[in-house]
Amino acid sequence: MTLALESVALDTRLQAILSRAGVGLKAEHYRTIVATRPDIGFFEVHAENYMGAGGPPHRYLTEIRNHYPLSLHGVGLSIGAARPLDRDHLRRLKQLIERYQPGLFSEHLAWSTHDTRFFDDLLPVPYTSETLALVTDHIDEVQDTLGRQMLLENPSTYLAFAESTYSEIDFIVETVRRTGCGLLLDVNNVYVSSTNQRWDPIRYLDEYPLAHVQEIHLAGYTREADEAGRPLLIDTHDRPVDEHVWSLFEHAIGRVGPKPTLIEWDTKVPTWPELKAEADRAEATMVAVGKRERHRAAIGY
Amino acid sequence: MQQLATDRQREFAAALLDATLATPPGLIGPDGELSSKRFSVYRNNVVLGLIEALRANFPATCRIVGDEFFRAMARAYAVSEPPTSPMLFDYGAGFADFVAVFDPAVSLSYLPDVIRIERAWVEAYHARDAVALEPVALAAIPNDRVAELRFSLHPSLRVVRSLFPAVTIWRMNITDGVPRSVDVDSDGEDAVVVRPGAEVEVRLIPPGGAEFITALASGQSLTEATRRAMTEFALFDLSTNLAMLVQAGAFIGYGFAQGESYGKTEAR
Repeated sequence: MTLALESVALDTRLQAILSRAGVGLKAEHYRTIVATRPDIGFFEVHAENYMGAGGPPHRYLTEIRNHYPLSLHGVGLSIGAARPLDRDHLRRLKQLIERYQPGLFSEHLAWSTHDTRFFDDLLPVPYTSETLALVTDHIDEVQDTLGRQMLLENPSTYLAFAESTYSEIDFIVETVRRTGCGLLLDVNNVYVSSTNQRWDPIRYLDEYPLAHVQEIHLAGYTREADEAGRPLLIDTHDRPVDEHVWSLFEHAIGRVGPKPTLIEWDTKVPTWPELKAEADRAEATMVAVGKRERHRAAIGY
Repeated sequence: MQQLATDRQREFAAALLDATLATPPGLIGPDGELSSKRFSVYRNNVVLGLIEALRANFPATCRIVGDEFFRAMARAYAVSEPPTSPMLFDYGAGFADFVAVFDPAVSLSYLPDVIRIERAWVEAYHARDAVALEPVALAAIPNDRVAELRFSLHPSLRVVRSLFPAVTIWRMNITDGVPRSVDVDSDGEDAVVVRPGAEVEVRLIPPGGAEFITALASGQSLTEATRRAMTEFALFDLSTNLAMLVQAGAFIGYGFAQGESYGKTEAR
């Protein structure tokens, strides 16, 4: 009854995440993955789910990490909060990174803590100089503490702040310029926010600082309406990726080339084959776009 | 510095959990007008997220009271005691005490104890890993020293005591559990919850056993712990209790003097 914890040296060839498709690792799929070793580019985990002292989550993640590249995605650091970062949380992140050596680490342009409370959601920030200063300070602290670059994810937003003085893209461009962080482009969030804010999603992508994008997220959303009957899309991660989002993804890949691309499906978790099929589609899209772009180049299009 | 952002987040945070508060000013839709409907998306996300976290941690409780009742109860708890940490697998430490005084549930007198079993299960699941003593390890102990034995308990071990048949009720309401009628006024049940390997195990403790384990956990010797168990239950059966605990993987080491520990084989 030996728990092979922390005893196995990680295979360093599995350090870098290639430009393939991966999926969010769910406990429902642990056994299938370990037993069948499916061909998939990488797995991503929510850091907070692996901050317990021990038990099956670590046991499975250790096993899976030994065969796949890993991306670590934080949901609770609260980078946009108007208060100091939680040092204990940052320390736990550092320990996780040392233990599992993920190829990528990302967090959100959002806040989720206030006073002693943790709100289980990614709450929006106004795009002002004041917010920019605090977000910049926090990202600097994260990167200094962890000793590595982090990726910042663009949010899904449902409302705007009257006091905002930057566009979302200008805010992100300036954050990258000041901190040297990389970007996680969530294409579903682009579609959700663009619909909710009445932006043009293609224009959003074309203006986005794509050169800094190191990972892409795809997910499903839910359609609702606001009090004026305007569409209000909610980033629910509970269904397949929408066709509009697949089109935007194709557009983005045409601009930046293939990138590590993750399917996020966190509630109403599907069977493994359903989830894997979404990742296969993302990978097929990257291959097809790659061929098309090479063909264009060859004929001087 | 950052005073505006602080104030803004304070009013946003307060209105998230208190639906009687108005939507904070300046939260607008694409027409520039205040939009309560849009703000309510965040309200819903936060509360529904916490209800889901509780449902994941207390599945038997949800099955006992039904989905609708559980959601209402979980919502009341989430609003009254939101989590203080982003590690949501650890959310719900105070749920049993909350439910014990939650008016609509007071008639379900056994419910808080079922919740305590589920909470102990979650704690054991995420606890530090350690290798349990094999029964054969105890065979090496010289007979004349058994009385002075002191044990190191497995870090995942929890004891839940109930005046109700809480273990039976819990067991019937987990996956694959078979519902049958239970006399809730029948004898109380105590449980030991421990995860020696990959699986969390919940076992019934024989009479006096809970007192016995608690005494061992506080560092008392086998003799002292037995004496304490017998003050609660005169017919306390030492060998049955000890065998159950060894089989459950409750011990990770033992020693003789106070604070001493031999044969400890911890994996961390």
